[in-house]
Amino acid sequence: METAAGGGCGSGPPLLLSEGEQQCYSELFARCAGAAGGGPGLGPPEAARAAPGAATAAAGPVADLFRASQLPAETLHQITELCGAKRVGYFGPTQFYVALKLIAAAQSGLPVRIESIKCELPLPRFVMSKTDAEIRFGNPPELHGTKVQIPYLITEKNTFKRMDDEDKQQETQSPTMSPLASPPSSPPHYQRVPLSHGYSKLRSSAEQMHPAPYEARQPLVQPEGPSSGGPGAKPPRHQASLIRSFSVERELQDNSSNYPDEPWRITEEQREYYVNQFRSLQPDPSSFISGSVAKNFFTKSKLSIPELSYIWELSDADCDGALTLPEFCAAFHLIVARKNGYPLPEGLPPTLQPEYLQAAFPKPKWECALFDSYSESMPANQQPRDLNRMEKLSIKDMADFPVPTQDVTCDDKQALKSAPDEALPKDVSEDSATPKDSNSLKARPRSRSYSSTSIEEAMKRGEDPPTPPPRPQKTHSRASSLDLNKVFQPSVPASKSGLLPPPPALPPRPCPAQAEPASEADLHPQLSRAPSQAAESSPTKKDIPYSQPPSKPIRRKFRPENQAPENQEPSTTVGGPASVVSVKPHPTVQKQSSKQKKAIQTAIRKNKEANAVLARLNSELQQQLKEVHQERIALENQLEQLRPVTVL
Amino acid sequence: MAVCVAVIAKENYPLYIRSVPTESELQFHYMVHTSLDVVDEKVSAMGKALVDQRELYLGLLYPTEDYKMFRKLHNSYTDVMCNPFYTPGDRIQSRAFDSMVTSMMVQVC
Repeated sequence: METAAGGGCGSGPPLLLSEGEQQCYSELFARCAGAAGGGPGLGPPEAARAAPGAATAAAGPVADLFRASQLPAETLHQITELCGAKRVGYFGPTQFYVALKLIAAAQSGLPVRIESIKCELPLPRFVMSKTDAEIRFGNPPELHGTKVQIPYLITEKNTFKRMDDEDKQQETQSPTMSPLASPPSSPPHYQRVPLSHGYSKLRSSAEQMHPAPYEARQPLVQPEGPSSGGPGAKPPRHQASLIRSFSVERELQDNSSNYPDEPWRITEEQREYYVNQFRSLQPDPSSFISGSVAKNFFTKSKLSIPELSYIWELSDADCDGALTLPEFCAAFHLIVARKNGYPLPEGLPPTLQPEYLQAAFPKPKWECALFDSYSESMPANQQPRDLNRMEKLSIKDMADFPVPTQDVTCDDKQALKSAPDEALPKDVSEDSATPKDSNSLKARPRSRSYSSTSIEEAMKRGEDPPTPPPRPQKTHSRASSLDLNKVFQPSVPASKSGLLPPPPALPPRPCPAQAEPASEADLHPQLSRAPSQAAESSPTKKDIPYSQPPSKPIRRKFRPENQAPENQEPSTTVGGPASVVSVKPHPTVQKQSSKQKKAIQTAIRKNKEANAVLARLNSELQQQLKEVHQERIALENQLEQLRPVTVL
Repeated sequence: MAVCVAVIAKENYPLYIRSVPTESELQFHYMVHTSLDVVDEKVSAMGKALVDQRELYLGLLYPTEDYKMFRKLHNSYTDVMCNPFYTPGDRIQSRAFDSMVTSMMVQVC
């Protein structure tokens, strides 16, 4: 219906739209606005048309839509400026309609001018890239009987690529799309149902689905790259989210139109998503998910308990209180559908029966295939990856259930990355990388949708393993297992001085003792015993690993004592300097900032240990000294006893 | 065949009660309460050791042949219990249970 009723209209507010344009634009606006406020978008197109003035389209969905138009970013920029959205700061109905008209003009090859929209224009085309959709649904005529051009969505797997890629891809794809052939983006869209965050949008779109003419209306709002008022990261997210929501709508519409039970048909993408979720709950795909686990999981969908209870009733075919993979997929699908506004069926649809699901989607092959396809579809560049991530993210969101309206930051990404992911290593990692992006993306346009964002965030936070406590410095953590050399090397320079002084200090003590020939022999064994005792008793770490070496230095300390008169002292002193010399290169090697600290700390420890050892030795020696004194006294008494005999 | 079906919780409040929408519905509810007394009597008399699956049926409060009915009821009840979203003590809102009860009751009308 490209009637030229709007011909000759002026720019700006007095924009006259043809009937078809009016319907189309109002629906589009409703969708975009629905993403923002949830109000107008929920009503049927007519209602939306009736109250367009009250709504403003969120920048995100609008951006997504514009990108879906496959126009270059520059053009979209211009359009945005021309329509006045930039001026007023939002996409009101007027601005939106003008923008749509400009898009149509640009797509028709006309320059982006206000004058362009004064003439008759075909309806703007919006492309959602998804080759699957085209493949699966090639019956546009029945959907668009009355319209020459209808904004439609072509979904490609690369839909979720970043704007530039999308534009290019869409450009390449746009030729394939005829005005009449607005293939419903069905399965991909439907698949994106779980992926999309805009469940509310889906609901609105689901409602809009009912009016048949607008089945094909699922403009993918692709964010204009730099423009459209959102941060660079936002538009793609919006886009993805919008795409998803729209795709869901579209798919649902298409599904319902093409197949009686299409809404209950699980698409490949959805299936993969469900399986991923299953695996996140239960690593073994052939095993069960217990009732409590499933309950916790599905509760995140924020559906009411009675509804969840009913869904469980439907999906748990064998009523065993546990969900096998097909049962789980069916339950998940029902939840998704319910969130999209579908009333729950009276009975489990045939396409959701476990037997059907198992037959339709052989698990292992399918999983591998899907994973492979996913990994393949993960393009190297950031954007495609982001899109895929967004899909996965949506999956994650589904897993988290809350519609991702959270503004995820990179930190969250990291956290999500660390969160338990499914068995898709790289997909998951990529998903985790983008989940936040997609979440935030979707969050923006879907601000209204799910307060579950907070839950999602909480979940993600909960999922984030607590950052491991800062690892203790190696110096300390491994103190006990330090190599003796290391132990002594760092400590040697510091404690060597400590070690050395004691030896010099101690010898003087034994010297007087050694001066006494009688006690020298006793001292020697005693002293030799003391070091060994000290070595044994000292609980120093040195002693533990090195029973002999630690005692050696201690003995070395005391050898000078009892061997001072003997010539062993020089040997020990030689040994000392030798050890010092040997140690010296080590300290020099270790004199790096970190090693210095380590050395110092080790040295401190060693010194303390040495102090303890020395103190103990001191006490023992004191004891021995007392004994020696007593012996001396005894001997002197004996001597006196002997002398008087001679004297007298 | 049934005009009134009631599932009573342990605490003697009805988890589920449904009657054929005729008059004297209140009478049905009274009967249910009365039967509770009979149930209590029977249960206390039996002792715990005897309580098993079949005995729970309490041999009918008065002779009928509707074992199948009771079994269906009981099976549906266990299905309801299996639902993790169902917390014991809630009213039974299971549609499947409803439909099963309806099927039992419809026969009367």
